[in-house]
Amino acid sequence: MLRDWQTLSFNTVFGLLSLICVIALAGPTLVILILSFTGEEALHFPPASYSLRWYAALIDANELQAALWVSLKVAVISVSACVVLGVAAALGIARSEGPVARGLETLFMSPLILPALAFGFAALMLFSMLGMRPSTLTLAIGHIVVCVPFVLRTTLASLAQLDPALLDASRSLGASRLHTFRTVTLPLISPGVASGAFIAFMASFDNVPVSLFLQDARTQVLPIYLWDIIQNQLDSRAASACGVIIIATVLMMVLMERVAGFSRFMK
Amino acid sequence: MAGALNPKPKDWALALPLAAFFTLFFIAPLGLLVAISFETERQMTGTLGLGQYAAFLTDGLNLAVLRDTLLVGAKATLLCLLFGYPLAWLCTRVSARWQAVLIFLVVLPIVTSVVVRTFAWIVILGRHGIVNEAILALGLSAQPLKLLFSETGVVIVLAQVQMPLMVLPLITTLQRIDPNLESASQALGAGAWRTFFKVTLPLSLPGIIAGTILTYTACVTAFVTQSLIGGSRLLFMPMMIFQQAMDLQNWPFAAAVSVIFMVSVLLIVAMLVALSRSRAARLYS
Repeated sequence: MLRDWQTLSFNTVFGLLSLICVIALAGPTLVILILSFTGEEALHFPPASYSLRWYAALIDANELQAALWVSLKVAVISVSACVVLGVAAALGIARSEGPVARGLETLFMSPLILPALAFGFAALMLFSMLGMRPSTLTLAIGHIVVCVPFVLRTTLASLAQLDPALLDASRSLGASRLHTFRTVTLPLISPGVASGAFIAFMASFDNVPVSLFLQDARTQVLPIYLWDIIQNQLDSRAASACGVIIIATVLMMVLMERVAGFSRFMK
Repeated sequence: MAGALNPKPKDWALALPLAAFFTLFFIAPLGLLVAISFETERQMTGTLGLGQYAAFLTDGLNLAVLRDTLLVGAKATLLCLLFGYPLAWLCTRVSARWQAVLIFLVVLPIVTSVVVRTFAWIVILGRHGIVNEAILALGLSAQPLKLLFSETGVVIVLAQVQMPLMVLPLITTLQRIDPNLESASQALGAGAWRTFFKVTLPLSLPGIIAGTILTYTACVTAFVTQSLIGGSRLLFMPMMIFQQAMDLQNWPFAAAVSVIFMVSVLLIVAMLVALSRSRAARLYS
């Protein structure tokens, strides 16, 4: 009897805590999504009426659109570089157990642990010493450093699951190293590479701490623009802009889940 | 075997481009940061010394900012563990279909913009937000609670924003635990709670430490959440670095604050790693 009671109380407590956790995880995003369809001037939840007026207002929001383009441009440039540099580095260190390879892995992953804001400030000092003005290029360089760990991690994870016998088979059948890479390795690791590229893209698109130091007035990025209007005027267009971001994120994530089994690389 | 048949002498060279990039744009800037932190003059005249460090460490207000930053991160991490652990546990107990749904829900916030998620909390926690309207309607309080721009608010939102970083490593560790161990414990007469505290919890310690490191480092450096929810009255280390560097243009002091902050975070990470090694060594020897 005591054990039944124990099982019951254990399951109840754990069930309740997980339920709260799930609500807390999904709730806020849902609140903003609903709020973005408000028909009112002020952001009040739940909205008294619904409309698409704040979505329509985005069409004339020139500054916001300019910030969006800067963010997309920086994200595309830095993710392309992250994929080239990250996949090459992963191939270089994956099969090695040596201390150099492990040391390099620690170095490449350390931007995940170090305060990004301190790195952003350090990069600003370096660029100003080199005489480089804040630009799309400086933003992209900063983003590559903080986003490459994501590509490296997922690529290393898929390389670890790659059966080396397949590579030996390909080589012993006469395929060159490059041919083996293109026809065997690359197709097998591409879900990992794609997943890493996706996380890196979202991390770049959302980055504030590094962009704060490396942008200037002409290259303001979207998250900082949104942050400004949320902090200063609580413009209702912030909600519809967030609505667009949420819908695009969910669609991309469903797509990535279908084509690359994205979430298994997150564990 | 494979290695002999398929030697790859030049593989490591593939890591060189990224290594070069990191040397130029990661190691060099951090080196510069440390170098500038030793400049004693704000104008950076080349006089070196520990003046900036002394200025930070002898001012009680600065030390309070450091303490608050580290403490708020610790509270948010504990909250993540309290609510995230049961969710991770649930993920390993439900059918594959439900597990996929739950993991999707956990992963989605990671790729959703932090600005978006923090914005949502402003609406939820504000004076006329959902939480306060509910509290007033239920008569739990006569006035709206001050949740926004308070430390409690910052802790709650940090915990929610960084929750996935705690849950995901926990799911991985909990999945690796042999279910027979728990069955054996139950068969030998231990109840659900005793089995949890004596078997499951100790075995999942590597996941707890991994999750704690990721969550804690993310919480203490979460500039957007700290400043949007904390407002201008609550000051944390990232905002202090930003203000000193950009608003006051005091680069040497901002550099010293950055170094002190990075060293504090790394020390805490090192302590957690040491803790995991010693516990693991004791459990598996």
